[in-house]
Amino acid sequence: MLTRIVAWFAAPAQWSSSTGIPARLAEHLGYTALAVLVAAVIAVPIGAWIGHTGRGRLVVVGIANGLRSLPELGVLVLFVLLIGLGLLPVVLALMLLAIPPLLAGTYSGVAGVDPAAVDAARGMGMTERQILLEVELPNALPLIVAGLRTATLQVVATATIAAYVSLGGLGRYIVDGQAQRDFAQMAGGAILVAVLAIVLELALQALGRAVAPGRPGDRAARRVAAFLAARGSDRSSDPDRSSGPDPSSGPDVVPVPAPSGRTAP
Amino acid sequence: MATICAHKRVAHLSASVRPVIEFRDVGKAYPDGTVALRSLSLTAREGQITVLVGPSGCGKTTTLRMVNRMVDPTSGQVLLDGADVGGRDPAALRRGIGYVIQNAGLFPHRTVLDNVATVPVLLGRSRREARTTAAELLERVGLDPRVGSRYPAQLSGGQQQRVGVARALAGDAPVLLMDEPFSAVDPVVRADLQDELLRLQSDLGRTILFVTHDIDEAIRLGDMVAVLRVGGTLAQFAHPAELLSSPADDFVAEFVGRDRGYRRLQFLGAGELTLTDLPTGPDDGEGGWVLVLDDDRRPVTWRHDGQDVAVGSLYRADGGSLRGALDAALSSPSGRGVAVDGDGRLLGGIDAEAVIALLHRSSDPAGAAR
Amino acid sequence: MRLFGEDILPLAAEHVVLAVVPVLIGLVISLVLGWWAWRVPAVRRVLVPLTGVLYTIPSLALFVVMPLILGTRILDPLNVAAALVLYAVALLVRTVVDGLDEVPDDVMTAAVAMGYRPGGLLVGVQLPLAVPVLIGGLRVATVSSFSLVAVGAIIGQGALGALFTQGFERFYTAQIVFGLVSIVVLALIFDALWVLVGRLLAPWTRAARGPGRSAAEDDATVGARV
Ligand SMILES: Nc1ncnc2c1ncn2[C@@H]1O[C@H](COP(=O)(O)OP(=O)(O)OP(=O)(O)O)[C@@H](O)[C@H]1O
Ligand SMILES: [Mg+2]
Repeated sequence: MLTRIVAWFAAPAQWSSSTGIPARLAEHLGYTALAVLVAAVIAVPIGAWIGHTGRGRLVVVGIANGLRSLPELGVLVLFVLLIGLGLLPVVLALMLLAIPPLLAGTYSGVAGVDPAAVDAARGMGMTERQILLEVELPNALPLIVAGLRTATLQVVATATIAAYVSLGGLGRYIVDGQAQRDFAQMAGGAILVAVLAIVLELALQALGRAVAPGRPGDRAARRVAAFLAARGSDRSSDPDRSSGPDPSSGPDVVPVPAPSGRTAP
Repeated sequence: MATICAHKRVAHLSASVRPVIEFRDVGKAYPDGTVALRSLSLTAREGQITVLVGPSGCGKTTTLRMVNRMVDPTSGQVLLDGADVGGRDPAALRRGIGYVIQNAGLFPHRTVLDNVATVPVLLGRSRREARTTAAELLERVGLDPRVGSRYPAQLSGGQQQRVGVARALAGDAPVLLMDEPFSAVDPVVRADLQDELLRLQSDLGRTILFVTHDIDEAIRLGDMVAVLRVGGTLAQFAHPAELLSSPADDFVAEFVGRDRGYRRLQFLGAGELTLTDLPTGPDDGEGGWVLVLDDDRRPVTWRHDGQDVAVGSLYRADGGSLRGALDAALSSPSGRGVAVDGDGRLLGGIDAEAVIALLHRSSDPAGAAR
Repeated sequence: MRLFGEDILPLAAEHVVLAVVPVLIGLVISLVLGWWAWRVPAVRRVLVPLTGVLYTIPSLALFVVMPLILGTRILDPLNVAAALVLYAVALLVRTVVDGLDEVPDDVMTAAVAMGYRPGGLLVGVQLPLAVPVLIGGLRVATVSSFSLVAVGAIIGQGALGALFTQGFERFYTAQIVFGLVSIVVLALIFDALWVLVGRLLAPWTRAARGPGRSAAEDDATVGARV
C-alpha cells in the first residue's frame, strides 16, 4: 500500500499537468486566502467595534457559537444548491465559516485589554479612534492572530470538502480517488492536505508569537494592527513607520515556510 | 491594647518553658544552588508566638516550611516535641500542624464551613461533627456563623483571612505556622486581625511560628522575635523590648527602624509616674483650660474660653506603658495628659517632662523591662 | 419515521453515538495524558504541541488516513470514530493541562500543608477546580464532533450527513436544510447538557463570578474547530 502511495507521488504528471500537485495546491491556497481575507475585512472591524464599545457582546457570542455548530458539509452543499456550481457559493460558505473565530478573537482581544491602560490613554487625551488603533488593537493582536489561525485552518479543512461540490484544490484527489476506488490517490491527497494544514498552523503560530506585546516583535504587531484596521490612517508620524525597514528587527520578520513544491524532472 | 498584652506576655517568658520546635544547625540549599539558609539554630517554646522577621528572600518561608516538611533541610535537624520531623510521614505530620498563608489559600469550590472542616475530615472525623466544630471556630475568629454557607469569593479579604485562621485551628493542632498571614489586607483590617490573634492566643495558648517582613507586626505580636539576614543567618533572637533597646548590631538597628526609641516606650511600665492636679472647677482655670467631669468623675471635655475641645487620648494607669503616657500628654489640647483608672475616673494630669524624667531613670542599664 | 426516503430516527441515534462516545473516550484518555503532562514538564513540552498539530489536520484527510494507521478497510465505521477520538484527545489534553494549571498556587500550597496526599489532592481539590475549564473544552469538542461526523458522509460514513450528500445529488434543498437544522439542534442539546453538568459539578463558579461567562468559556469560542 505504502509503495503505491509513493508511486502516486512520484508520477511525473503529478508535478506538471494542470491537475498536478502544484496546480491543486495553488487552487487550495487561493480559495483559502480569498475566503479568509473577505472574512477578516468583515469580522475584524465589527469585532473591534464591539470590543471597544462593549455593545452587542451577547450578539457576538451568540453568532459565534451558532455558526460554530453548523456542519460545514451542509453549508457547502446548501450554498451550491442556492447559487449554483462555481467559485462564488464555495467562497461564501468558506467565508461564513471563517467569520466566527475572527470575530470572537478580535472581540475578546479588544475587550480584554487592561481597562487601566485604556483609562490612562483616555486620560492622556487620546481620541476614541486613537485608543482603538494605538492601544487596544496592538494589545489585542495575539488573540486576533489566534482567531486568524483558527479561521485559516477551518477554511483549509472545508476547502478540502469543496471538491465534493466539483471544485478544485487538494480535496479533488480524495473525492476522485473515492470515485475511482483508487486508495493511493485518496491517501496521497489526504497526506498533502494534512501537511498543508500543519505548515500553515506552524507559520501562524510563529506570527502569533511575533505579535505578542512587549516582545521584540512588538513593532511588527503595531504594523500588522495598522494594516488590519487602519489602512491609510494618521499614523505617518509613527517613527517606526517613517524609518523604513529596520535592520535590527530580526524577530519582526515572520518566517512563512512555503510548502516545498519540487519541479518536475 | 497591645501594651496590655505585652505585659501579660512578659509573665510567661522564661527559658524554662518547654521547647516545642527546635532548629538545630539547619541549612537549606535548593537544587538550583540557592542557599536559603546557612546554619540556623532557633527554639520556639510552648504557648508563645515566635516571630521570624527579615528582609525579602532571607529564608523565612523556607524555615517555616521545614517544620511541616514542605521543605526538607539539606543539613541539620528540625525537632518537633523533641523528635526529628524527618522521620515522620509528611501528610500525617501536616494534619497535626496548622498553616496559614498570605492569601489564605481557601478552596474556592467549597463553602466556608467545609473549608474549615477540611482537616477534621482528613483526620477521619464525620462530616457532620467536623461541620459543628467548624461553625464554633467561625464564631471564635469573630465571624458571623451565617457566612459558613457562602463560598470564599463572597467574602472580603479580611474575612477570608479569618477563615484561614479558623481552618488552621480546626485540627486542634498545638502548633501553628503563619506565613505573612496579614500582609495582603489594608492596615486597619490588619490591626483588627492582629488584635484578634492576640485574643485567641490568650485563650488557646498555641505554639505559633509567625513570619512577617513588618517589624511593627513582629514587635506587636511576638513573645520572641528572630531577626534574620539574607542567607538565613540569625542576627538577633530576643524579646521585642530588648530588640528595641539594645539591637545586636547595625543591621538590626537599621531594620528595627529610626523611631525605635519611641516604640520602645511601649515596653516600659509607667507605674512610678508622678501625676499632677488638673483644674476641674470653674474657679481654678489656670491659662484658661478646665477639664469638665461627669458625676462619676469621668473626663468629658476640655473647656477653653467657653469652647469645648475634645480630650484627646486618655492614659489608663492600670497596665499602661510610658508610650501611652507620653501620647496622652502630647495629644492633649491643653498640653497636659489625662490619667484615668480602670473605670475611667480621673486620677490626675501628666506632664511630658515627668514622662521624660521617668524615661531617663529607666533607661540606665538595669532599667529595661525583662 | 421516514423522511426524504430515510429512516430518520435510527440515523439520528447513530449520529449522536458517533459524535458523543468518542468525546467521552477522548476525555478519559486526556485525563490520564493531561495529568501526566502537567506533572512532568518534559512530557508537556512534547505532548501539548503535538496534540495542537494533530488538531489541525482536516477531518476528511484524517478519515482517509485512518485505515493506514489502524489497518482497517476504508469503509469501516471505526475510521470515523477513531479519528473523532483523536480529535477529542487533541483538544482535551490541552484542556486538562490548562485546567490543572488553573488551580491557584495558594490553594495547592494550603492543601499540601493540610496533609492531602497526591490522590486525594487530585480528586478533592484539583479536578473540582478544573471543572469549568474542562466543561469549556468538552463543549467545543462535542459541538464540533457533531459536524465532523457529517463530513464522513463523503466517504460513506456520515449518519445524518447522508442527508447532505443525497440532497446534493437530488438537488433537494429542503432535505439539506432539514439536515442542517437537525444536526445543529442535536449539537446544541448536548452543549446545553454540558453546561448543566458544569453547573451541577461547580456550583461555586456562579457565586464567585456573578453573571456572565468565565474567561475559559470565552477562550473556547476563539479556539473553536468546526
Ligand atoms: N523552590 C525554590 N527553588 C530555588 N530557590 C528557592 C526556592 N524557594 C525559595 N528559594 C530561594 O531561597 C531564598 C529564600 O526564600 P524564602 O522564600 O524562604 O524567602 P522569604 O524570607 O520567605 O522571602 P519573602 O519575604 O520575599 O517571602 C530566596 O533567595 C529564594 O529565591
Ligand atoms: Mg516568604
